[in-house]
Amino acid sequence: MKSALAVLRKDLLLELRTFETIPAMALFSLSSFVIFHFALNRVSVDGQLAAGVLTATLLFAALLGINRLFVAEREQGGFDGFLLAPVDRSAMLVAKAAGLFTFLVVLEVIAVPAFGLLLLGPSLGPPLLGLIGVLALSNLAFAVIGTLVSAIAVHTRARDLIGPIIGLPLLIPALIGTARAAGPLLAVHGPGSPPGKWLAILGLYDLVFALLAYAVFDFLLED
Amino acid sequence: MITHGRGLRSLSLATVVFITLALALVFFYAPLDADQGFVQKIFYIHVPLSIVSLCGFILGGVMAIGHLRTGERKWDMRAYVAIHMALIFSVGALITGSIWAKASWGHWWVWNEPTLVSFLIVVLMFATYQPLRFSIEDPERQARYASVFAIVAGAFVPLNFIAVRLAQGLVHPRVLTFSGGQLPGSMRLTFTIALIGVALLYMTLWKYEMAAKNARRQTRALRRLILGEDEFRPSRRSAAPS
Repeated sequence: MKSALAVLRKDLLLELRTFETIPAMALFSLSSFVIFHFALNRVSVDGQLAAGVLTATLLFAALLGINRLFVAEREQGGFDGFLLAPVDRSAMLVAKAAGLFTFLVVLEVIAVPAFGLLLLGPSLGPPLLGLIGVLALSNLAFAVIGTLVSAIAVHTRARDLIGPIIGLPLLIPALIGTARAAGPLLAVHGPGSPPGKWLAILGLYDLVFALLAYAVFDFLLED
Repeated sequence: MITHGRGLRSLSLATVVFITLALALVFFYAPLDADQGFVQKIFYIHVPLSIVSLCGFILGGVMAIGHLRTGERKWDMRAYVAIHMALIFSVGALITGSIWAKASWGHWWVWNEPTLVSFLIVVLMFATYQPLRFSIEDPERQARYASVFAIVAGAFVPLNFIAVRLAQGLVHPRVLTFSGGQLPGSMRLTFTIALIGVALLYMTLWKYEMAAKNARRQTRALRRLILGEDEFRPSRRSAAPS
């Protein structure tokens, strides 16, 4: 646990000093909103369409972060250092997933208000609490699956290609759950309650992949 | 000298018998569907192909567990061949499914059809297996990473089906419920024979590819022995385990 915190602290510190990943993710999502505005030719979106635009944007922005997640480890020998240290290897998974989760939260703090400002028809105030809950669950799925995918992809020659093509199919069920749960929240006539079914599915998906990642992650670090 | 194709002949014969029997039953025994007519007969090839390919994906994941647990390369080879064959079968299932959808629903692709959509997602997932292998150069690491991928993706198959099925209404006929569905007896018999036939075909092809892969590895080792390390030119890079 302590070693996980150390790795997490290192990652956050690195991001604070370089400002490499999060600004890119935020700018990407802002550009995506502009693109959606023109591509859909709508001044505002609501309901399921709004949920879809928001979720798809966050998903693709998350992919940017996922691609960069282990790059510093690989390029600067962080893997070797970590493997030499007498710590549990799962600490890396926990630390990286927590780091990615944090990145996604920061991204959403920027992107969700921007979405409310630029594209969303109904006001963002009433559904905010429900939206935070849904996004927390979806962030967990993105963080766990993203860490796993990134750890697989980082050692391949074409990691920028392999990461997204493996990650997207794995994230589709999480995307379905998030978009469906957020849809009623963003409805034009005031927020409905998010369907419990979808929250349960998201939660279950998080749980299963967290266990799965925990089981297989060690094999990705062996060398 | 190890013989690789042991049991291949009897397996092939059984496959031929069952496939022939299945085709005969499909065309001469199974009744015509009341509202779909002749085109419904594609069901006897489409559904077995899909079921066998999904089982093949999961089988690949299970074999990959074997590889990670034992560390033996032969399990990686088995998993690779299982997934490779399942991919080929799944493309067949997608194509036959598309034809059937066009004929009976009027569209080549139907989005509000969970089974179709989740199958596509699974195929997209496993389609990345070979590019992943291909882009890792170190053979040992390639095998390990491919196994991790196969396990995750294998576990993803049922999960994905649950998620997508819940997302949409049911259009697909539920022929395979646990209570036996509403298939009339003659159709069920034909279907069962077809399913066995396709499963045997999968097993035969799996064994055949395994034999070919092993034989190739052995010839390569022999060539290296005869020619010596300097003269030996390694074969073209491939995604397959070597």
